[in-house]
Formats: sequence, structure tokens, C-alpha cells
Amino acid sequence: MDGEELTEQETALYDRQIRVWGADAQRRLSKSHILVYGMKGTVAEFCKNIVLAGVGSVTLVDDRVVAEEALSANFLILPDKNQYQGKTLAEVCCDSLKEFNHMVHVSVEKGDISTFGVEFFEKFDTVVISCCSLAKKKLINQKCRKLSKRVAFYTVDCRGSCGEIFVDLQDYKYSKEAISVPWRALPRRVSKLYFAMRVIELFEDVEDRNPGETSIADLPGILKLRKELCETNSLSESQVPDALLERLLIGTREFPPVCAIIGGILGQEVIKAISGKGDPLKNFFFFDAMDGKGLIEDISEPNTGSQAALINDDM
Amino acid sequence: MDTIEVSNLNRQFLFRQSHVGQSKAKVARDAVLRFRSNISITPYHVNVKDSRFNVEFFKEFDVVLNGLDNLDARRHVNRLCLAADVPLVESGTTGFLGQVTVHLKGKTECYECQPKPAPKTYPVCTITSTPSKFVHCVVWAKDLLFAKLFGDKNQENDLNVRSSDAANSLEHSEDVFECRKDEDIEQYGRRIYDHVFGHNIKMALSNEETWKNLNKPRPIYSKDVLPEKLTKENGDMEKGCTTDDISAMASLGLKNPQDLWSLAENSRVFLEALRLFFLKRVKEIGNLTFDKDDQLAVEFVTAAANIRASSFGIPSHSLFEAKGIAGNIVHAVATTNAVIAGLIVIEAIKVLIKDSNNYRMTYCLEHPSKKLLLMPVEPYEPNKSCYVCSETPLSLEVNIHSSKLRDFVEKIVKAKLGMNFPLIMQGASILYEVGEDLEEDMVAIYAANLEKALSELPSPVTSGTVLTVEDLQQEFSCSINIKHREEFDEEKEPDGMLLSGWVEAPVDKDNNKPIRNSESTSNALPAEEILDGEKDVEIQEIPEGTETVTGKKRKLSEVSEGTSTNHSGLSDENRSHNQLEKLDVDDEDDELIISDDWESLTKKKRL
Repeated sequence: MDGEELTEQETALYDRQIRVWGADAQRRLSKSHILVYGMKGTVAEFCKNIVLAGVGSVTLVDDRVVAEEALSANFLILPDKNQYQGKTLAEVCCDSLKEFNHMVHVSVEKGDISTFGVEFFEKFDTVVISCCSLAKKKLINQKCRKLSKRVAFYTVDCRGSCGEIFVDLQDYKYSKEAISVPWRALPRRVSKLYFAMRVIELFEDVEDRNPGETSIADLPGILKLRKELCETNSLSESQVPDALLERLLIGTREFPPVCAIIGGILGQEVIKAISGKGDPLKNFFFFDAMDGKGLIEDISEPNTGSQAALINDDM
Repeated sequence: MDTIEVSNLNRQFLFRQSHVGQSKAKVARDAVLRFRSNISITPYHVNVKDSRFNVEFFKEFDVVLNGLDNLDARRHVNRLCLAADVPLVESGTTGFLGQVTVHLKGKTECYECQPKPAPKTYPVCTITSTPSKFVHCVVWAKDLLFAKLFGDKNQENDLNVRSSDAANSLEHSEDVFECRKDEDIEQYGRRIYDHVFGHNIKMALSNEETWKNLNKPRPIYSKDVLPEKLTKENGDMEKGCTTDDISAMASLGLKNPQDLWSLAENSRVFLEALRLFFLKRVKEIGNLTFDKDDQLAVEFVTAAANIRASSFGIPSHSLFEAKGIAGNIVHAVATTNAVIAGLIVIEAIKVLIKDSNNYRMTYCLEHPSKKLLLMPVEPYEPNKSCYVCSETPLSLEVNIHSSKLRDFVEKIVKAKLGMNFPLIMQGASILYEVGEDLEEDMVAIYAANLEKALSELPSPVTSGTVLTVEDLQQEFSCSINIKHREEFDEEKEPDGMLLSGWVEAPVDKDNNKPIRNSESTSNALPAEEILDGEKDVEIQEIPEGTETVTGKKRKLSEVSEGTSTNHSGLSDENRSHNQLEKLDVDDEDDELIISDDWESLTKKKRL
């Protein structure tokens, strides 16, 4: 039933959240289409949240076959080998997610996302990317921006007890702009986690590693890269502490409570953007379980507030 | 002991549609075992206040995580955890707000060290005579009219008390609400309608004094709003009435609970709901209490509240909105709950590995404060004036000649002090106790004591007496110094007793006779929420000027006020007055001072 008003079933099910954001927002949610790439624990949490919220559809992309380690932080995968053997992460998660809310259309898209054309992305209002190389992130972001309609773009990554969310409602770009804002131009108080994540991200890009595959063995290489980056940007190396980098490298597995927190914040952001209710965060969110802070950083070119950024091409 | 409801399913994701009606504890257990089969989970489909959950029971645990939805239960568990010396991780959410707090006996504040906003109450006269907000009309419709018509007839009811003149009207009004032998349901309904919305208002208007500075209400009579007879000959009366979902809305073809009804529509709903109660649910009449999941009750209360609102020039509200107010519904979403759940686990792990330097109270904000959406704060030291964890004695002013022991037990010991099974002693004499294994003659003595004035008790209570009050299950005891006082202000001190030294939220001027309305799960922050750009929905009201939990930063020096505290007596774990410590040793920039911002935070978004 797709009339203008919410059905009786929707009103009953969504009562408590309609009291938060209103019936109009709920209607808008029910018409939204979300694309999700990279089904690790944090993204599983995120998907659970938006399915419960009653979005129109969720499309999952992740052709990796389910391995036992995926069970450590992804509650959508039940520990029954008979069930998950031979299936992809997207397939197993899709089956589980459907159970949470029959009114949401959950499906799987197979294939290499970097080959999907612009018209593929046109189907969606929101794109969420995780477990993805820097190059791929930039590529997808660009495709989203090429569309005539506004597609909200998010990246999310958790390493150990830390998590990062990036939000692009087309004010900033996850490419040369947001992540290449010269470090010297940023206020000194910017979270160290921002710099640390950039170093590791760049290292993976340069060394052609799969995202999340760096480990403590790579520490020397990481520290070397950090040195170069800091020198080039006139940033003190103490702004990207050894201890923090080590923690991020040691923590290859996701930590479930952090997945819940990041998945929750991300879910909130996506819902805000779709429903049009509430101020979206701009433009990075960081959480570190060690100090317990959930922090928003606005990484943008000072003065302009929008596009034009200095591009450091030797990066 | 809760069972699963449809409205839970938007966030309580361990449950499915097929589980509606089943025990939450049991279904949750089964759901978790499906993805982690190696955990021992024991569900108890029982009230947490049940006597089996005594101190011995609590002692078996390394940590307690609360997911309760009312203040009473939380206080109860707090005391048990203190008595058992078991760490407690408390939490709550309301919409986009939430918090997680950690409580360790002797090391941090207990849950009751800081005042929690008490459920909102309204003065009797506001409800019966001079409503100015929609919530007043809802309380009238629910606690007065609905209760009068469908509830226990023997219950005291303020309806009519002040809105008609004395003498013969009082007598007359006793009959008004009873259906007469020769009237049909519609006539009865209209008569009730005219009495409460017409006659009573007219009577109230005759008292000029009341309306000197207020807008006068107008009486409303059913013949003016609905001149045509409603019930037709056949057929239509039964429309839309299956035994399952008896609903006035369905019967009248009103589909959308978010719609605003006109006065005529509200009046139709009023009469139709009343008719359906008498036609289809007559057996329940006389026993009904309002239940937010009772569609017909919600319809009736909405309609009645709206008609009254109309009379007083107050904007009407949709059924959806009225239901939220009448049912004290707390709005909730999956995302905030997920964030808080993650934070609970992080704190629980710290407790289990005894990482005591890093325990944090964490607040989840809707709007960032100094870039923070999740704000960790170091726990405070225990409040030395807390009567729960610091054994501070309380004082009670009371007229010992006119107040009975029963008043003391009900209004002070149970209601204010939150004890469920009290034992009251004066010196070595037990004045009152509850228990299963008491001898009959003792039970008789205690029953008799309840009816005696305090000064007449076998061990007489006089000014200067110290009473000891205990709850054996909570293993919580406190002493109360009694002071005699002759007079009490009826409006401001309706209980006729004044308890001091008791940590409570600042008194709101409106806070009188307990016609309660709301209770939030997010206790740390203002719980009211406004739907941006849409009509204001009064979900909650927090008393004006309430200092919410962290509103007053208490520095170490303030906490020790009045006692000659030896600061060196504090362990290393208790940090200094800079509550937000330098958590990252390298980084001086990380230090956050909250106090000023916090005040402005708590004052945001007032209705």
C-alpha cells in the first residue's frame, strides 16, 4: 500500500520513532533507497538500524565469502556453517536483515563496484561505503557527484577500538578536497585520529593493500610515511602519536561495542539526511573507546567553506 | 516481567512480530543464544522488585546493567547494589538523548546522589477549574472523567468538587454519572456531555473571582454541536464493530490518528466511545483503569480532552499526540539505543577488568557541545549528603497529633523514600513492619498502629524523636528526626508533612497533589523533545528551573561543604575538581571544561 498516508501497520510499528521525527519524515524514509558496500560489523549494525527505521530499500554489495572471523563482530551472521558455507557476506546479511522488518526491501548486488556505471548509482539516495580502498572511495564519490540528483555519500571505518565516519552531502568531497586539506591549514586541535587514519589509508593505497589488512608488522613503514607526510605539511609528528598508530594497527578486528556506537551514529546521520530533520554532522565523526569521546571535526578549506582546495598531488 | 508489544519492534531488535505477547526476558535470551550459544543466560519473567532478588542474589554478580524504564525500579536496584557492593551501570534514552553512568559503592555517586526529576504533577484546581494547557485537559479526561465513568466508583474523585457550587449540587452530582433507567445510551451520553462541558463550566463562570485575570471558558452543549440524533434505526450502529477492535474511530470512519478533529468530530467520538463501552464492554465498567493500549479508552480521553480544550480556548490535538501525553509515552529510536548499548558494554568491560581510573559517565547529545556528540565525564565522588549511600539523617516536620502512622508510611516512607517493605522503629520498639512470617497478633498491632496519630502510638512520637526506617529487602536504612509543627499550607504542602535533607529535584510551583503524568528514561538531560517545524507536542514537562543531573557541577570543595573533610582521605582514584581530566597525557588541548556550557545546554529547548 503506497498511498500518501502511513498504513495502520506502519503507524503501529513506528509509533515511538514517529514521536521523534514526525509522520512526514517517516514517509520520506519509506521512499528512500540506500546502497551499502562492505559488510563488516559496523555496517551490519548500521543496516540493522535503517531497516528498523523503515527505509524503502537497502542494497548490499560484498562478494567476499563468509569466513569464520566475520562472526566475531557481525551479529547478522549466525554461527551455523551449514547456513553460511559458500555464501557471500552480502547474501547472508541480506537474509538476516529481511527478518527485522518485512516492509523494507533488502537485496544483493553482485560485482565489482568500481565497474558500476553512473546510472547504477542514480537509483539511490544514499551510498555508504566501508572496507574500501582510498582509490575506490574517490571513484564512487565522483560518480555520485556526477548525478543530477543529490546523492548523500558516507564512508565508515572501524579499526580496533576506534571508528571514523565521513559525511558528504555534496558540500565536500572525499577526494582531493576533504582529505587533502593541507594539514597545516587545520586548527591544531583537530583530532589525532583524523591524521592517523589518513596515514594508514594512504599507506594501504600506496602499498596496494586490501583495506584493513595492514598490521603491526607494517609499523616501520607507517612511521616512515608519517614522517614524510608531516614534513611535507609542516605538522609535528607528535600530532600523530606512535601509540595511536600502534593501536589502530594491532586492532585488526572490530570491537562490537564500537560497531554499535559507530553504526548508531551513522544510522542517525543517514536518517537525518533522508528525512530532512535535524542538522547533519559536518563532516567527520571520530570515536575512540579509550577516551570515550565522540567527536565531530569539520575538515574543510578555511575561508572558502566550500569547494576549492589545495591539492597536494605528490601525495 | 514485561511482554513484547508491537511498538517495541522499531528498536528492540531481538524481537519479531511473531513474539508479540511473549516474555521479553525469555525471547531475548533465545535470540542471543542463536548467535552466541556459549553464554549462560537465565531469564526471569518477574518484576525486578520481587523478593527473590535480595542482597544475597545480587552478591552473586560482578556487575549489574540496568535497562529499566521507571525511577522506582532504578532506585530499588541502586540500593540493592549498594547493599551487595556490586558495581552498577545505569543508562537511559529518550529520543536522541541518552546517558550511561557507572556507580560503585564508596567510590562514585550512587544513582540517588543527584536529584532526578520527579514525575510531573499538577495542582488540583488547575485540572478541575483553570486548565491552561492541553496536558491539563488530558489529565482531567483521564484521571477524572474516565475514572469517574468507567473506574472504581468508590475511589475519591475531584470531578465536580470545585466546578460547581456547594450544597445541593454535590448531592445532585452523585446521581449525574449514573445511567437512568429510562434513558438510552445516546441520551445518557449527551447528558454527561452537557453536565461536564456545559453545566459545570456555567457554574464555574459564576465565580467571578476565578476569572479576573484569566480567559473565561465557554460552556458547550451537545445540542448545539450535534443537533441531529446520532443513532439511526438499524445497521449503522454495528458498523465497524468486530469484537476484536472496538473503536469509535473505525465506527465513525475516522482513519488517521494524526488528524485534528473538529469540535463536532470530537463530540461524535466522545459519544460513540461512551456508547461502545456500554454496549460492548459493560462488564468492565467499574473496573477500568486507563491503558494507553486500549484504543477505545484513548479515543474517549482524546475526545474529552479536546472538547474541554475547546471550551477553554486551548488548541486541540490529534489522537496520536493525546495518546502520547495520556500514556506517558517515551519516544525512542533504534540508533540512540545502539549507541548507548555500545557505551554500556564499554563501561561494563572496564568494571570487569577493574580499570577504575577510566570509569566514565557518558552523555549522548543531540547537538554537539564543543564538537562532542558523545561526552565522557569522570564520575563524581559520593554525595556526602545522600541519605541513601551516605547515611545522612533526614528531618520531618509533621503535626504529630493529626497525622497518622499510615500517612507517614504511605506518603513519606513509600512514596518519597522509595521503600517497598518498610520497618519502622523508635529506639528498640517496632512501630510497624511488613513480612510474611509475622505472628497474627503482631499483624493486628501494626494494623492498629497505622490508624493512630503519631503522638498516640504505643511508643509515642514527639518532637525530637528519631525514627529509624528500613527496607529489609533493599538493606537500606535511614533515620528521621521528627519535629512537631501545627500548621501546613494546604496548597503547597498538601501532605501535611515536610521532609528535608531529602535530595529531590527543585520544587516546581505546580508541584502539588500528585496527579502524575510523566516519567522519562533519560534522566540526565531535559527529556522534552520538539518536532522541528511541526506542532509542539508536549511529551514531557520538566519543572521550571530544574537543575538537571549535571547542571550543577560540584567541585570537591563544594561536596565536602559542612564537613571538615580530610582530602587526603580520598583514594587516588577520586580525581580532583577538574572533572574532565587530561585523558591523553600528551595533549593539553583535550581538557574540556563543561560547567558553563552545561547550564546553557540544559536550558535549551524549553517548551
